[in-house]
Amino acid sequence: MEIKPLLWRAVLLSMALLTALPILAVFGYVFVPAPEVWQHLRETVLSDYLLNTLWLVLGVGFGVLLLGLPAAWLNSMCQFPGQRFFEWALLLPLAMPAYIIAYTYTGMLDFSGPVQSLLRELTGWGYGDYYFPNVRSLGGAITMLSLVLFPYVYLLARAAFLEQSICVLEVSRTLGSNQWQSFFRVALPLARPAIITGLSLALMETLADFGTVQYFGVTTFTTGIFRTWFGLGDHAAASQLAALLMGFVFVLILLERWSRHKARYHHTSSKYSRLPRYPLRGSYAVAAVLVCALPLLLGFVIPVGQLLYWSVTTATNGLDADFIKLVWNSIMLASLAALFALLLALILGYGKRLSNDPLVNLTARIAAMGYAIPGTVIAIGVLIPFAWMDTQLNTISQQWRGSTIGLVLSGTLFTVLFAYNVRFLAVSLQTVEAGLGKIKPTLDNAGRSLGLSAFGVLHRLHLPLMKGTLLTAILLVFVDVLKELPATLILRPFNFNTLAVRAYELASDERLADAGLPSLMIVVAGIIPVILLSRSIGKSRAGEH
Amino acid sequence: MIKNISLALLTLLPLSLPSLALADGEVNVYSARKEQLIKPLFDKFTAQTGIAVNLVTGKDDALLERLRLEGDNTPADLLMTADAGRLYRAVEMGLTQPVESEVLTKAIPANLRDANNQWFGLTSRARPIFYVKGKVKPEELSTYEDLTDPKWKSRICIRSSDNIYNQSMLGSMMAVNGVEKAQAWADGLVKNFARPPEGGDRDQIKAAAAGQCDIAISNTYYYGQMLAGENAEDKAAAEKVAIFWPNQADRGTHINISGATVTKTAKNKDNAVKLMEFLVNDESQQWYAEANHEYPVKAGVAIGDMLQGWGEFKADSLNLSELGKHNAEAVKIMDKAGWK
Repeated sequence: MEIKPLLWRAVLLSMALLTALPILAVFGYVFVPAPEVWQHLRETVLSDYLLNTLWLVLGVGFGVLLLGLPAAWLNSMCQFPGQRFFEWALLLPLAMPAYIIAYTYTGMLDFSGPVQSLLRELTGWGYGDYYFPNVRSLGGAITMLSLVLFPYVYLLARAAFLEQSICVLEVSRTLGSNQWQSFFRVALPLARPAIITGLSLALMETLADFGTVQYFGVTTFTTGIFRTWFGLGDHAAASQLAALLMGFVFVLILLERWSRHKARYHHTSSKYSRLPRYPLRGSYAVAAVLVCALPLLLGFVIPVGQLLYWSVTTATNGLDADFIKLVWNSIMLASLAALFALLLALILGYGKRLSNDPLVNLTARIAAMGYAIPGTVIAIGVLIPFAWMDTQLNTISQQWRGSTIGLVLSGTLFTVLFAYNVRFLAVSLQTVEAGLGKIKPTLDNAGRSLGLSAFGVLHRLHLPLMKGTLLTAILLVFVDVLKELPATLILRPFNFNTLAVRAYELASDERLADAGLPSLMIVVAGIIPVILLSRSIGKSRAGEH
Repeated sequence: MIKNISLALLTLLPLSLPSLALADGEVNVYSARKEQLIKPLFDKFTAQTGIAVNLVTGKDDALLERLRLEGDNTPADLLMTADAGRLYRAVEMGLTQPVESEVLTKAIPANLRDANNQWFGLTSRARPIFYVKGKVKPEELSTYEDLTDPKWKSRICIRSSDNIYNQSMLGSMMAVNGVEKAQAWADGLVKNFARPPEGGDRDQIKAAAAGQCDIAISNTYYYGQMLAGENAEDKAAAEKVAIFWPNQADRGTHINISGATVTKTAKNKDNAVKLMEFLVNDESQQWYAEANHEYPVKAGVAIGDMLQGWGEFKADSLNLSELGKHNAEAVKIMDKAGWK
């Protein structure tokens, strides 16, 4: 009797620990003192790193809420022209990597780009005669990141709104609230965990972003970590910077947990009736269409148009058998990683529900922080223990067989997949946890009292109830991996490329137009899962299966 | 469901372990040069010699880190970078080994390779001053040092100091002028910026052409790509500027290289050296000059009309290991100068 829970605990802990290992490995340098470099950082760039990061997080936080929340509410509660289209189309920006949207807008809006050149041609103005917002700026970075990250808030908020039974809203109306009041006082607070989850995913992605801010010349913590690690060659100070960043994330997470106190958000009534959509007419309908069309236009249609234009003008370059291989590699990796991440998230999420062991909780928390850590840092964190293990294996092999066996782990796709898992566990884990959180614990008890094992409860009760959630977790990781660049770049095996790698190689060689085609393919490959995602949520209203 | 997922993973995971299959005798390359700038030559090499080449590309520093962590077991035989500073760093980290090759030492001038033959420059590129025709007279220009003169206030475009080419350029000044003068130069240059640094080298030329500044600093091959490229806007922008070769009266214009080094534990060293030798033969050197508008390291190789049109210039003869030596300090100087 006693052994099983202990074993279970050990399994959970080791899985969480293994995933947290790369993060811990990088922080292994944290306790090495680096006073000189720190003094230099403090005197010169540290305040820039801090302020820019702070503004970036605040700006993107505000941006994604502004773009995502109203659209989510309109699309779950109201009826207006095009609503059925916007419902899924608003997820499309998710398929657009942030660094690629940054390339496209820079290409268009830069001082020497077509828009400003046309403006100058039409008006005869020269440099300095007029004001035009600079894309390559902190504001630009906030805008770009908000445009591609708002779907996280939209996605999760809308799912939460849809799951709310009309009962609670009706109760609020009978108690005298008007439309607005029932939104602000009932629907919004009820959807809060989902919105916070969406927001935290968007913000963690923001903190981990390197490509966009670097391209725009905005110095943040992330660019600072790179500059310190590589430019100044100081691993200790760099990992201390990273630790500071993590501390920041950790405090955010704790604050959110604390602010929720002991509130629970599962529905206690199983009575459910479909929410009738509120039809909007006239200027309200126009406003609703604008609220939905603008983010879609800016976050997807315009950048895709630019990519298409680039692809068409350079169509002769790059479209060959090699290219099909790239597409296949990208999709294969993304699918594998998504399945891998889901499995791990299920085990950890359910394990936490069963045992509620503080040690497992903490390790899972650390493991899930990978989402806020730049891919390059994760990749190095993965290399440290894997290369160490390879060295040990080779030493053993040398002793036993008299020959070395080369690298077994490092430089394989397995390593790449593992890194994805570390980087994206947060996405699948948070989604699975949110799904499990909505299932009343009494259901578990009922199942167990009817003779189901713990695994049986998961298999026979939770999984069927969470189908939509599971699909969401798979698809989100899939799209994320498709877009992932830095970890793939460092860890991939010989002669193996993905679409993101190809797009990066061309873009970093300052051949933006040539990068158009692979970038476009990343987006296209991401669209299908995004549409599936939307359908799965449409079906996920409680009471409809 | 869990069973299905596990089953799918179990069947698919073996797909992810193919790298054990690297065959003996094949040359394994970690390259910071982009695939499109290196693969065509590898293919030619394989066709001529029958020796296969396996390639991983990536950013210099990240590849160095991978090499360091993989230690003695690394499969890599050759590390290629787009900058001398990184090669120096690889030597410092003890990741390289010397190569005795008459072909290499004959073809490559002494300042473009390591004194102990740890690394070799394969192509060279200059980082001159570009000025907008009609707005700046070439007589107004003289040296890099002169760019701190107040007459250039708000007229200079240059990219971020995150970029290794700028770090190396400053490193070359530190080697000649010392730390204090280099700091003063960086301070003065930042004061003359037309805008906070943004974008890459091409963007500086484009900004100059569009009127945002009068002077841009860029590597020569970017300019060449713009002039030769299919993009009409880029071409038009490049045609508005011209090259000025600075410091002709003293040390010469700053140059850098792309180069290679054999890893310490290379298992296919002989073939790796063959590959390097192949890359400095006349044909390969000419290919670089034509395909990417870089300068051959080897004397007497035909360079094509465009590069010839830019004129002959005196290149800085500093041994490029100096760039690596001063790198970390250069980054600090730029931080202090507020060079973003």
